[in-house]
Amino acid sequence: MAAGSPWGDGPSKGKSGSNGSGGPANPWQPSGGGGDGSGKKGTVEDLFRNRGRPGGGGGSGGGGMANLPKLPDGGKFIPYAILAVVLLWIASSSVWRMGPQEQGVVKFLGSYSRTVGPGLQWTLPYPLETLEKVDTQAIREMPIGSPSANDENFVLTSDQNIIDMAYEVRWSVRDPELFLFQLDDPNAAVRDTAESAMRAVIANFSLDDAIGPARTDIEAQVRARMQTILNDYRAGILVQGITIRQSDPPQQVNEAFKQVNVAQQDAESFKNNARAYARQLIENAQGQTSRFDQVYVQYRLAPEVTRQRLFYETLEKVLGKVDKTIVESGNVTPYLPLPEIRRRAESAPATSVTPPAASTQSSGDQK
Amino acid sequence: MIKRLGNPVIWGVGLLVALIVASLSISIVPETKQAIVLRYGQPIWKVNVYEEGSEFGGPGAGIFFRIPFIEQIQFFDKRVLNVEMSEPQEVLSTDKLRLQVDAYARFRITDPLQMFRSIQTEARLSDQLRTILGSSLRNELGKRSFAQLLSPERGQIMENVQTALNVQAKKYGAEVIDVRIKRADLPEGTPLDSAFTRMRSERQQEATAIRASGQREASIIRGQAEAESARIYAESFGKDPEFYDFYRAMQSYEQTFVNGKGDSSIVLSPNSEYLRQFRGRK
Repeated sequence: MAAGSPWGDGPSKGKSGSNGSGGPANPWQPSGGGGDGSGKKGTVEDLFRNRGRPGGGGGSGGGGMANLPKLPDGGKFIPYAILAVVLLWIASSSVWRMGPQEQGVVKFLGSYSRTVGPGLQWTLPYPLETLEKVDTQAIREMPIGSPSANDENFVLTSDQNIIDMAYEVRWSVRDPELFLFQLDDPNAAVRDTAESAMRAVIANFSLDDAIGPARTDIEAQVRARMQTILNDYRAGILVQGITIRQSDPPQQVNEAFKQVNVAQQDAESFKNNARAYARQLIENAQGQTSRFDQVYVQYRLAPEVTRQRLFYETLEKVLGKVDKTIVESGNVTPYLPLPEIRRRAESAPATSVTPPAASTQSSGDQK
Repeated sequence: MIKRLGNPVIWGVGLLVALIVASLSISIVPETKQAIVLRYGQPIWKVNVYEEGSEFGGPGAGIFFRIPFIEQIQFFDKRVLNVEMSEPQEVLSTDKLRLQVDAYARFRITDPLQMFRSIQTEARLSDQLRTILGSSLRNELGKRSFAQLLSPERGQIMENVQTALNVQAKKYGAEVIDVRIKRADLPEGTPLDSAFTRMRSERQQEATAIRASGQREASIIRGQAEAESARIYAESFGKDPEFYDFYRAMQSYEQTFVNGKGDSSIVLSPNSEYLRQFRGRK
C-alpha cells in the first residue's frame, strides 16, 4: 500500500488523523461516510431493505396499499370491498331457501351431518358445510321400451312365447341421504331392477294372461319386487308404480293374433244365425199350432158341420181357379189336349204366390 | 417502521405457504369415498372404510391430516357399484336351446387395501368382475334346461352365480351384493324366427278351434229349436190326428192349387164326393 501516501498528502494534514487511517489507502474499503452512499454500494441487507421499500410505500399509516387507487376523500375502499365479498359469500353459502318439495342434505367437510326440510335453513359457510338439495316429492318417470314399431322390447313368457312390452316406472326419492351416498348411479339401478323384475314376473305368466287380464297383477308384482331389490341396496328410492303401456304379441306374429279375433267374430256370427233360425222355427210352430188349436176347439163343438164346411170351402177355392172336366168313368176314354194347355200356360202370366217355407216343410208331418 | 411496512407481504407469503401446506396435508374424504393412505407407496392406513350396517355421518368421512409429499392418499368409491356385461352372453341350455342373457351385478369395495394391493384401480376391478360374471353365468346356466331358465327357479341360479362371483370378488377386496338377469331373449335369426312360426301356428290352431266350436254350438242351437218345434206340433196335433189329417189336407190343397204356380186342369169323376149333391143323390 505504498501507493497510498502520495495521494493522501495534502488533505490528510488538514483533517483528523482518524480519517487518514482508513480511506485512500484501501480502495476496497468504503470511505468514511458509509451511510451516505448506501444507494450505490449496498450490502446484501441493503438490497433487501430497498426492495421492501416500494412495496411498503412511503405513507405513514399506509398499511401497505399506498400505491393502490384511493377514493377521492382519501379513504380506502379495498378493505370494504373485501369485507363485502366475504359477507356476500357467507350469506350466499349459508342461507338456503328450500322449496316445499325439497330436502337438503348437509355435509360438514364432506361428512354427512344432517338432513333439513323445507323453509329457510342455515348452514356454516361454504368450505365448512355444503348443502345439496334433493326433490323428494317429484315423481320421476322412466320409460322402458316404447310402443313404436321399430323399438322392440321382447320378453319371454312362461309358455316360451314372446311379447313386446313398453312400460313406465314411476319412482321418487324417499331418503335423500341414502339416495346421494348409497348408489353410484341410482337411475341405472332403477332401470336395471325394473327390467330384471319385469322379466322375472312375466316368466310366471302365460302369454294370454300377460297380454290381457293379468296386467294389473303384473304391475303390482313388479312394483313389489323392485322395491324389495332397491331396499336391499338401501337405495332410498320409493317405487310409486309401474304402468304397462303396451303388452302385445310381436309385430311379426300380430297378424295371426288378429286372425284369432276374426275367428271369434265368425264363431259368434254362426251362433247368431243359428239363434235366428231357431227363433223363426219356434215362432212358426207356435203360430201354426195356435191356428190349429183354435179351429179344433170349434170343430169339437160341431164336428160334422165344420168338417163339411171346411171341405166345401177349400174345394170351392181350388176348383174355382182350375179347369174342370167331369168324366163319367168307365165309358169314355179321356183325351187330354196337353199342347193346348201348354200354350195357354205360356200366354197367361202365371199368378203364383210363393208358399211359406214352414207350410211346405210341415207338409211332411201330415203323413 | 420498515418492519411494519413489510408485514402485509410477509402475511401474504405466509398465507400462501400455509395454504399450500394445508392443501397438501389436509384432505377431505366425502361420504361417497373411502381412502387409503400410502407412505412412500406403502399403504399405512384406511379412511372411511365401508362397514356393514354403518350409518352416514359417522366419524369416517370428513377432514383428516397427512404429511405432505411423504404420504399419498388414494380414493376408492364407497357406494354400491354396477358392473354390466359388455354384451349379452349366448347360453346353450342342456336341451340345446340358445338363450341370449344379459346380466348385471352390484358390488361394493369392502377392503380398499386388499383391492389396491391386488388390482389397483376400480376400472380394472370392474373389468375383472365383468369377465368372471360372464363365465360363471355361462357355467351355471349351461347346466339347466331351457324351461328352468325361464322358471321362478331362476332365483336359485342367480344365487349360485353370486356365490361363485363372490369367491373371486373377495380376493379383490370387494363384495357382490346382487346378481340379476336383466334380459333373457331368444337370439336373433333362426331361434327367434322359429319361435314366431310356432306362435303363429298356435294362433292358427286356436282360430280354427274357435270357428269349429262356433259351428258346433250353432248346430246345437238349430237342433234344439227343431226338437222344440216338433214337440210343439206333436203336442197340438196329437190331440186329434184324424182331424189334423183332414185339416192339413185342406190347407195343402189350397196351397197347391190356389197359390201354386201354373195352371191346373182337374178331371173329376161324377162319383167324386164333391159332386155328391150334384148327382142329386142323397
